[in-house]
This record gives sequence, structure tokens and C-alpha cells, in this order.
Amino acid sequence: MTKEPSVKNEKEGLSRRQFLKNSGLVAGGVVGGSLFGGLLTKQFQKQPVVNNQKETANLQEARMFFSRKEDFEILSAATERIFPKNDNGPGAIELAVPFFIDKQLAGSWGINAKEYMKGPFIQTQQVQGNQDKQGPNTETQLPTPTARYQTRLNRGEIFILGLRKLDSVSQEKFGMKFVEAKGDQQDEVLHMFEENKVSLKGVDAKTFFSLLLQSTLEGAYADPLYGGNKDMMGWKMKEYPGPRMGYLGQIEEKEFIVMNQESLKDYQVHG
Amino acid sequence: MAEKLKKVDVVVVGTGWAGGIVSAELAKAGYKVVALERGGDRTREDYTGVKDELRFTDRYEMMQNLAPETITSRNTLEEIALPVRTRSEMMAGTNLGGGGVHWAGATYRFMPYDFEIYSKTVERYGKKKIPEGMTIQDWGITYQEFEKYYDRFEKTAGISGERDPFGEERSSDYPTPPMKESPAITLFKKASKELGYHPYQVPSGNLSEGYENPDGETINQCMFCSYCTQYGCDFGAKSDPMVTVIPTAKKTGNFEVRTESYVRRVLYEGGKAKGVMYVDTNTGIEYEQPADVVVLAAFSLTNNRLLMLSNIGRAYNPKTRKGVIGRNFNGQFNITFLGARGFFNDKKFNLYMGAGALGGALSDFAGDNFDHTNLDFINGGGIELRQYGDAAIASNHVPKGTPRWGAEFKEKSIFYTNRNLVVWYTPAIMPWWHNYLDLDPTYTDEFNDPLLRVTNKYTDQDRNIAKFGIEKTKGIVEQMGADIIDEDEVPQEFDHIYQGGHYAGGVVMGADPETSAVNNYLQMWDVENLFVVGGSAFPHFGGHHPTATIGALAYRASEGIEKYLKEGGQLVEEKRKSFQA
Ligand SMILES: Cc1cc2nc3c(=O)[nH]c(=O)nc-3n(C[C@H](O)[C@H](O)[C@H](O)COP(=O)(O)OP(=O)(O)OC[C@H]3O[C@@H](n4cnc5c(N)ncnc54)[C@H](O)[C@@H]3O)c2cc1C
Ligand code: SF4
Repeated sequence: MTKEPSVKNEKEGLSRRQFLKNSGLVAGGVVGGSLFGGLLTKQFQKQPVVNNQKETANLQEARMFFSRKEDFEILSAATERIFPKNDNGPGAIELAVPFFIDKQLAGSWGINAKEYMKGPFIQTQQVQGNQDKQGPNTETQLPTPTARYQTRLNRGEIFILGLRKLDSVSQEKFGMKFVEAKGDQQDEVLHMFEENKVSLKGVDAKTFFSLLLQSTLEGAYADPLYGGNKDMMGWKMKEYPGPRMGYLGQIEEKEFIVMNQESLKDYQVHG
Repeated sequence: MAEKLKKVDVVVVGTGWAGGIVSAELAKAGYKVVALERGGDRTREDYTGVKDELRFTDRYEMMQNLAPETITSRNTLEEIALPVRTRSEMMAGTNLGGGGVHWAGATYRFMPYDFEIYSKTVERYGKKKIPEGMTIQDWGITYQEFEKYYDRFEKTAGISGERDPFGEERSSDYPTPPMKESPAITLFKKASKELGYHPYQVPSGNLSEGYENPDGETINQCMFCSYCTQYGCDFGAKSDPMVTVIPTAKKTGNFEVRTESYVRRVLYEGGKAKGVMYVDTNTGIEYEQPADVVVLAAFSLTNNRLLMLSNIGRAYNPKTRKGVIGRNFNGQFNITFLGARGFFNDKKFNLYMGAGALGGALSDFAGDNFDHTNLDFINGGGIELRQYGDAAIASNHVPKGTPRWGAEFKEKSIFYTNRNLVVWYTPAIMPWWHNYLDLDPTYTDEFNDPLLRVTNKYTDQDRNIAKFGIEKTKGIVEQMGADIIDEDEVPQEFDHIYQGGHYAGGVVMGADPETSAVNNYLQMWDVENLFVVGGSAFPHFGGHHPTATIGALAYRASEGIEKYLKEGGQLVEEKRKSFQA
């Protein structure tokens, strides 16, 4: 399905002329000297980015958040089941998704820096308080139609708790560590979390699973500056070009236009 | 003790469209204006070269920081409200320019029907059409009287558009021509026409060409760069307060804006507002800013909360259904923007290109444009196909029945990345006696002031209008030739996710002080030098995006404030009993 970068790239040249012509009407006084100016002159002079086939050493692929290697390995195995390598292309591990998640958890998202974290945490307490065989379960919570984020734990803490529970559930069910279990066994464990059939202390298993799912996809497709989407391979699979100045000349185009991938680094360097 | 500052003519809380317009108009008229903004200072450079999906779309870079303050939410009076804790559940703007900087730019007017909804509904269908408990009312001003303010806003913002064939009367055409049409929009319009509907191009605040507005501000031409909704514009091509009204206000020399200034109270004494109390969030120092006129333009949520924290106005009590502050909370989220998504097996669209307000729309099922005699709801909404331009994380749509993860998900999500289109309905939201705002009894902000509490549940009106919209949009997607069509499901109850920034009401306008907090200049009935500007004034939510109406109301309010500064007193004579419950 993925096509080679096609002749359609020529259209960028066309767009540039049009862009200059149109924006020249007004742009002068408003944007002078900004990155915009640099882009105008440089964006189309350089060659398309050609990715080196050789594996380039990536010094950022080290753990920043997870102290225990074992936790990180469970994370890697779980993300690979969520986003596996197949005919479409690389899976989560090859895309460096686990390193992406590790970095995210070490930062403001992982510590819930911009979320409201004041108590009381009524929902969790009620559920944990009268915990029955089913454990904390959105169905037994206050009558709200969705699981809401109502836990004292931040995302980093939820990941540690959840990953270790993946392992213990796997041990219980299959007598094996999560990373040693077979693919479909790992899936079975993950489904139990997704369906909230596992009980974690202080948070729903489902909440953990949602975070895991969300961050795995983010790691596959976010700008490579965050450490995932390695070599923009996620974007290549999707024929997503990456950030561009604009598509004034192409927006009306009827055919699908395939472009080479460019990252935010490419975009910013011209400033 | 708060440090007392020098008195000014007007103090404005908030620097979004509402606060920006009022500031510009009064500063132009020669009054000394100070605007206070809780968020940070921003310039165009903050949004240049930062096209980063994770940061803006997934981590909500431009949205309110919830650590110091959020809202709580519940469905019914009997429940304990819980805080809305994460930014994925709460979208409200902050920083200089407010939500106007990250908005998409779809710039619709509300309809003549909306402004006189009570009278017009009774006139056409009789009183029985309005169910018990639905608290609709006329707005205290007609569309015809209000039209010139829409025109003002559209000219300030340079809106690109064409006349809606079903459209309301306009005193002039849009200041700039409609946006270019992408093949997805062409397909939508063709299918709509085949079904006998009347499509047109979405009126857009992303401009089709460079434009100089009446204040002499320049807005550039949109590049369809796609990093638009939830982002600031890279090119000064999106109409926002930063490229229009804020520089206009600054040029006068009469305007000062103080960022990182969190307003906590309106100072109120002897029936008049004396100014506001705020905290410099860098130093923690408290200030009193005295002023002749106080303008709250801090978005509907804060507008309500500041009145409540300051004990101003008669609080709404849902049990007695009396009082006004907090009454008629309404908004478009969750049960609105439902529709149908089509998946195309042999068609690909350049969906990574786009602009916030790039799209096709139709008004055949908006307002009272269609007969409701045999329908189980009133009002209506727009139908839209928007091409925002999706980056790679947002474009993971798969047909229903596909697993949410694993190999099959991966394959289908990649295959359909550029092969799916969604058409949705933007229905009006009616107010009910049980949907309202007050202060939460438990949860507090960083200064230990109570949070605002939202009580909001759905009714049959909401579910029926949503169902109707899904049917209509499905018909269009079918006609567009989609191979797989997935209809949205109608949620049974509100899920407490405040998405999209369309929350309104609580300080509503009208002609009768029994059922409105402000008059048609947004001047408070109870406090003549206090003006409350924004969506907080909507008695109900019209079936379109709100910001043109907020902008127009801000122009109307500016006129009122100027009048008040010259003449003083109540600007409008009250009319009791415009509304029967
Ligand atoms: C993603 C998104 C897309 C949108 N797209 C559209 C669209 O296409 N069309 C449309 O019509 N509408 C759209 N909207 C809605 C639009 O953004 C709002 O209607 C509009 O911005 C409201 O303007 P305002 O001036 O009333 O409030 P705001 O722009 O929110 O401004 C209020 C300001 O007050 C400040 N403030 C709040 N509390 C305090 C306090 N206590 N002290 C000091 N300052 C305070 C805030 O920080 C903010 O800057 C969108 C919203 C979102 C979230
Ligand atoms: S799509 Fe247009 S208006 Fe939106 S950010 Fe890009 S250039 Fe600006």
C-alpha cells in the first residue's frame, strides 16, 4: 500500500510560487524576521530528507523513568501486542514506543502537573472501601456513565502498578511472567485489564489500560522529537508527511499526494 | 491586605474575544482600560514553528492549567459532584487572547428564531410544544436589532464566507470570499444537493485572502497548514484577538494588559461594583484595581463563579426555580457533534491538509427552518463536514467492530487514515430548570475558594434531536458513496467531558429581571456598572458555533458601557413576564 514518493512532489514547487505571490500582499509588515521569513527562503531549496538506511546510534534510548529493567520489559511486551510488527511495518518496539512512554512518564504528563489533584477522592474511596470480589469497577461506582479520572495516583504511579499487575496476573493464569507468555496469552491478560476484570489498588485496571493504549499510539505517531516514531517510520506507514508550512497549492488537488516525511526538526531548523 | 492601585475607567477580566473587543472599543473611545488575564503573555512568536500534535492536541498546551482550579460536575441534584481533573476532560482557554487563539474559526450567526425562541415557538406550534421544565425565553433583543453587531464582528475578524441560501438577512456580504474547496467538501456538497439540500462553504476565521480590518489590523491568507484547531496560527492567518483587537487596544495608548493576574473577587459595595481583587500569580501579592465600570469577560465559567464568590445577584435555586445567577446552564458537547462516519475503500483524500474552519455546511435542518409539528423536539442545528487536517495520532478511525488494538486495528487504522469522512450535526441545546451552576460544597481552588459546580443532564429533547441529526447525516454519507457507514450512538447521559469550549448560560440576558441577570447590553439588572460579557449571556445555545454571537454581544456591550460612562443608570427598561414556566 505504501507508495514510493511520487512525482506529486513537484506540486510543492508550484505551491511555493503561489504562496509567495499571495502572502506577499500582506505578509511584509506583519511577520518580518520571524521563522516564517526563513521558511520562505529555505523550505524549498533543500533536498527532501533522505533517511539513512543504517541504524544510527540513538543515545536517547535509555531509561529515564523506569528504574527496574523488568518493568520496562513488561511495558515493551505489552505495547508490542497493542501495536505489533506486521506487513504494514514496524511495531511498537521498533518504533521505540517504550522509550517514548518512559520519557512521557518522567515529565509533566507523568506527574499530572497540570491536572487537578486535590482530594477528596470520593469515587476511589467508596469503591475500595466496599471492595467485593469484583474489585474496583466502574460499574459499581457512583452513577456516572463513564470512568472518570478520580484517583490520587499520578500516571507514572499508575503505570508501575499496572505493569506489575500484568505480570502477576500472567503468573496466576499461566504460571509464567508476562514477558514469557505467548502472544495470545498476553492478549488475554490485556483484555482482562481492558474489561476491568482485574483489581488494582487505588485505580481501575481500565484506567491503566486506557493510558497504555493511548500512549502506545502516541509513541507510534508523535513527532520523533519525543523519542518514539523512530525514523518517522510511523508516519511513513500512514503516508503522513509531518509538519509543513502549508498546502495552499494542493488543497484542491483530487489525487492523493504522497510526500517524503519531514519532522519538526526539519521544520524548525530553517528558522 | 491587598495593595490598592490607581483607579481606572474600566477594568476588564479576561482577554479573549469578549474581553479584547470591549477593551479595544473603550480604549478607542478614550477611556483608560486595564485588562487582567490569569494566563501568560503571548505573542505571535509563541506559535511560530511549533507544529507539534502531541503537545497541542494530546497534551492540551493551550488549555487552562487545572492544577490550581477546575470545575466539578454531576448529572442530578441528588449526586455528589466530582472534580473534572484532567485536561482531556476540560477545555477552556487561557493566556493572552484566551480561547480565541486556539479556536477553529467557524463563524456562524445564531438565527432570528433563536433570539425570539419562546414567542416564535408559541406562535407557530402553540404553548403545548414547550415541555414542562424547559426554560426557554426570548433574548430581549431581536435578530434585526442585533444584526449590525454580527456585521461588526465579521468585519473585525475578516470572515471568509458566502451567503447561506437559508440564511438570515445580512446587511452586507462577508468581507472576504469563501475558502477554497477540497475534494472532500465537493463530494459533501454534491451529495447534499442530490438530496435536495442547500450546502454552502463554512464561514471561516481562517482567511481566504489577506485582509485589513476597519481598525487597520492585518490578517494574512490561510495556508491550510492543518495545525489550527487547538493551536495558535503560525502565520497570523487565523482571526484571533492577538492579531486584531488586542493590538488595536494597545495602539490607543489607553490600554494596559496585566497577565498572570488571577481575579478572585468583584469588589461590591452599596449596590455598585468598585473594582476587582486579583493575585499576581508570580509573586502571590494581592491587588485591588478600582474602576468605574467592571467587565467580566472571563468565559462563561469564570463569569458565573466570580459573581457567586462575590455574592452578587440573586442565586438560582433549582428547588424553587427562582433566582437568576447560575440559571440556564447550557452547552454543546458529547450529545452534540454526533453524526455518521463514512469509510471509503477506493477513494483517498488528502486529509493531512486542512484548516480549522474549512468545510461545507447546510442549514436545511437548522433552527425552525423545518416543520416541527410532528417532531419530538424543537429547534435544530447545522450539518457540517469539516476538513481540519488531522495529524497522525488523531487519524486512527476504524469501522465499528474492529478491535481497539492489535494487528487488525493497526492494519485498518493505517488503511483508512485517508479514507474516512465524518458529517455531523450541531444541534441547539435547550435550557432546563435542573441544569444550572452553583458553588461546590467540597472542592476548592488553590486559594481555598469553592470551585464552580455544574449540574447537567440530558432530556428527551437532547436525545431526540441528536437521533434526528444522525439520521440526516447518515443519509448524506450514504449519498457520498461510502462503503461502510458508522452512525454515532446517542449517549443516555452526559459524561462530564467538557470538550470543545461551547459552554454557556448562567448569567443570561433577557427583558425580565425575574428570568435574566443582564439586560440586552449585558449590564446587570442589579448592579448598573457591572457588565458580564460572553456566552454566559446565552439563555439557550443556538444550533451553531458560538463565537460570532459572543463577539457581536461584546460589541453591543461596548456600546452600552460607553453609554453608561456618559449617562449612567440602567440602560434598558425592564419588562416583567416575558416568560412563563
Ligand atoms: C478546540 C476549540 C475549538 C473551537 N472552535 C470554535 C469554532 O470553530 N467556532 C466557534 O464559534 N467557537 C469555537 N470555539 C469556542 C471559542 O473558543 C469560544 O467561544 C471563545 O473563545 C470564547 O471567547 P471568550 O472571550 O468569551 O472567552 P475566552 O476566550 O475563554 O477568554 C476568557 C479569558 O479569561 C481568562 N480568565 C478566566 N478566568 C480568569 C480569572 N479568574 N482571572 C483572570 N482571567 C481569567 C482566561 O484565561 C481567558 O483568557 C472553540 C473552542 C475550543 C476549545
Ligand atoms: S490552517 Fe490556516 S489559519 Fe489555521 S493555523 Fe494554518 S495557516 Fe493558520
